[in-house]
Amino acid sequence: MSDQTAASITWHSWLTTTSPESRRQARLGQFYRQWLAFKKNPAAVVGLAIVVSLLLIAAFAPLVAQHDPLAQALDQRLLAPSAKHWFGTDALGRDIFSRVVYGARVTLVIVMLVVITVGPVGLLIGCAAGYFGGWVDTVLMRITDVFLAFPRLVLALAFVAALGPGLENAVIAIAVTAWPPYARVARAETMIIRNADYISAMRLQGASQMRIVLKHVVPMCMPSLIVRTTFDMAGIIITAAGLGFLGLGAQPPIPEWGAMISTGREQIFDQWWVATFPGIAICVVALGFNLLGDGLRDVLDAR
Amino acid sequence: MVAISAPTPPAPPRAKGRAARWAKILGRELTTVAITIFGLLLVTFLIARVMPIDPVLAVVGDRAPADVYDKARLALGLDKPYWQQFATYIGKVFTGDLGTSVLTAQKVTDDIKTVFPATLELATLGTLIGVALGVPLGILAAVNQGRWIDQIARVIGLIGYSIPVFWLGLMGLLLFYAKLGWVAGPGRLSVAYQDFVTPVTGLVMLDAAMQGEWDAVVDAFWHLILPASVLGLLSVAYISRMTRSFMITELQQQYVVAARVKGLSEWRVVCGHALGNAFVPLVTVIALSYMHLLEGSVLTETIFAWPGLGRYITNALLNADMNAVLGGTLVVGAVFIAVNLFSDILGRLADPRAR
Repeated sequence: MSDQTAASITWHSWLTTTSPESRRQARLGQFYRQWLAFKKNPAAVVGLAIVVSLLLIAAFAPLVAQHDPLAQALDQRLLAPSAKHWFGTDALGRDIFSRVVYGARVTLVIVMLVVITVGPVGLLIGCAAGYFGGWVDTVLMRITDVFLAFPRLVLALAFVAALGPGLENAVIAIAVTAWPPYARVARAETMIIRNADYISAMRLQGASQMRIVLKHVVPMCMPSLIVRTTFDMAGIIITAAGLGFLGLGAQPPIPEWGAMISTGREQIFDQWWVATFPGIAICVVALGFNLLGDGLRDVLDAR
Repeated sequence: MVAISAPTPPAPPRAKGRAARWAKILGRELTTVAITIFGLLLVTFLIARVMPIDPVLAVVGDRAPADVYDKARLALGLDKPYWQQFATYIGKVFTGDLGTSVLTAQKVTDDIKTVFPATLELATLGTLIGVALGVPLGILAAVNQGRWIDQIARVIGLIGYSIPVFWLGLMGLLLFYAKLGWVAGPGRLSVAYQDFVTPVTGLVMLDAAMQGEWDAVVDAFWHLILPASVLGLLSVAYISRMTRSFMITELQQQYVVAARVKGLSEWRVVCGHALGNAFVPLVTVIALSYMHLLEGSVLTETIFAWPGLGRYITNALLNADMNAVLGGTLVVGAVFIAVNLFSDILGRLADPRAR
C-alpha cells in the first residue's frame, strides 16, 4: 500500500462501497458521491470557486490589497486604472481595488448575519407548521403569507428608515423580510416527511414531539434549505448593496460595495471606474452563489 | 411549482352549484385579502411606533415649550392606548388620509397620485419587455432541453438574478446615453417639451399623444426605453426560467404525445397545446414579476431621476419623512395584494380545473 494510486483506489472503494460497515463510512460515502455528482457540473464548480475565492480574499484581505482601504490621498484623486492602482482611485484618492477587497469582508458579514438569524427561524416555523398541522399550521402560514405578500425591498427600506441607517439595522431589516420563503420550504418538506414510516416508528417508541421535530424532521429539511439559502445569498447581497447604495446600509468610510457605487455615481460619465468595479464585484459574487446553488440543487434536492 | 394532477373531469356543474362554489371561492379570497391588509396596516403602524424619531417633535420642532408639546401630543392622540391609536390609524387610511408629507408640505395621498403614473408607465413597459423576451426564451429552452440553447438561457437567467439593478442602470446610462448617444438621459421628458404636455392621465406618452404632440411622444419614448429595458432584463431572468419549467412539465404530458401522434406540426403542439396549458401558471408569474418591477423601480427611479413612487419613497427616506415613507409602503403593499388577488381570480377563470 505504499503506492499512492493503490492507496487512493482503496480510499475510493471504501467511500463508494454499497455495504458500509459504520455510520461514519455511510455518511462520508454519501458526501463523496454527492461531490462526484457535483464535480460533473462545470458551472457549479465555477460557482464554488468564486465563493471559495471570496472567502479567501476576505480572510487574507490585508495580503491581497496593496493599499490601506481607508487611506486618503487628496493629491491622487480620481486616477484612472493603472499598474499602481488596478481599479483606479476614488474622489478621496483611496485605492478602489483595496476597497473592493475589503468590501468582501463587509459583504460576508452581512450575508452570514442574515443567514444565521433567518435560517433557524424559518426552519422552526416551517417545521412546526408542517408537523403539527391544524390551527398551528393555519396561524403560522397566515403570518408567513402576510409577510410574503409584502414588497421585500420597500419593507426593508421602511424598517431602516424607522431604525436609522447602519450595518446592524440593515441586517435586521433584511432578516425581517427574508424568513418567509424558508418557512414555506421547510413546511413543504415536513408535510412529506411527517407521514413517513420512520416517524410513525419514533412515535410508537414514545419519542416526544420536540424530539421528533428537532432530531428527525429538521435534519431531513436541511438539504432543500441549504439550496434555498445558497440562492438567497445572492438576493441578500444585492438587497444589502441596494440599501448601501441609498446610504441606509453600512456607513462611510466602511468600504461597502453598494455605497461605493453610490459615491461613483456623480462621476459616472467622466470617471467610469469608480462605480464600475464595485458593481462587477457584486455581480461576480452573486453569480457565484447562484451557480453554486444551482449545482447544489441538482445534487441535494432530487425532487 | 404547479402540481398537475390527473384530470378527473367533474360532472358539468349545475348553474346553482357553480354560483355557490364561486361565492365560496370569492369569500375565501376576500378573507385572505382582508387578513393581509390588516397585517400590512399592523406592520406599518408598528414601524411608525418603533421609530426613534419623536412624532411630536416633527410637528412642533425641538424648541417648543412643554405645554405646546403636550397639546400637540394630545392632538396626535399619542396619549391613548396603542390599540386605540391603531384603530384611528386604520380609519384614517381607509378614508384616504395618509397624513402630510414634511418634505412637500402636501397630503401624502395627493403626492402619490401625482407620482404613481410615472412608476406605472415604467413597470408596465418593463414587464412587456420581460414577457416579449422571457417567454420565447423559456419556450426555446424547454423545447431544446439540455442543449446549448438551454444552457445559454440558464446562464442568462442566472446573470439576470446576479446584477444589481441600480448598477445596471448606471452602466446603461454610461454606455447608451453618454458614449453611444442612442437614448435620452435621465428624466421623463426633455426640457424643451416639458411645457407642451399638460398632465391628464399622468402617463406622459398617452397625454402627449392625446394632445397631438408627436415629437413629445417620441421624446418621451426615448427617455422611457432605457429604464424600462433595465427593469425588463431583470424580469427576463425570472419569466424565462419559470416558462421553461412549466413548458417542460407540459411537454411530458400524454396529450402532447397524442397531439404528435395525430400528426400536428411541432409549432402547434408546442405553441398551441403545451403553451395553452402552461398559460395559467404563466399569468401568475407575469403578475408576480410585475410586482417585483414595481419594487425594482425604487432603485431604478433614483438612477434615472424618474419622478415616480420609488423616488418619492427614497427621497422621503433620506429626509426622515415618515408619513411619506409609510404611505408609499402602504400603496406598494396594496398594489401587491391587488395584483395577487387579480392573478388568482384570472387563473381560476382561465383554468376549468381550478374553478
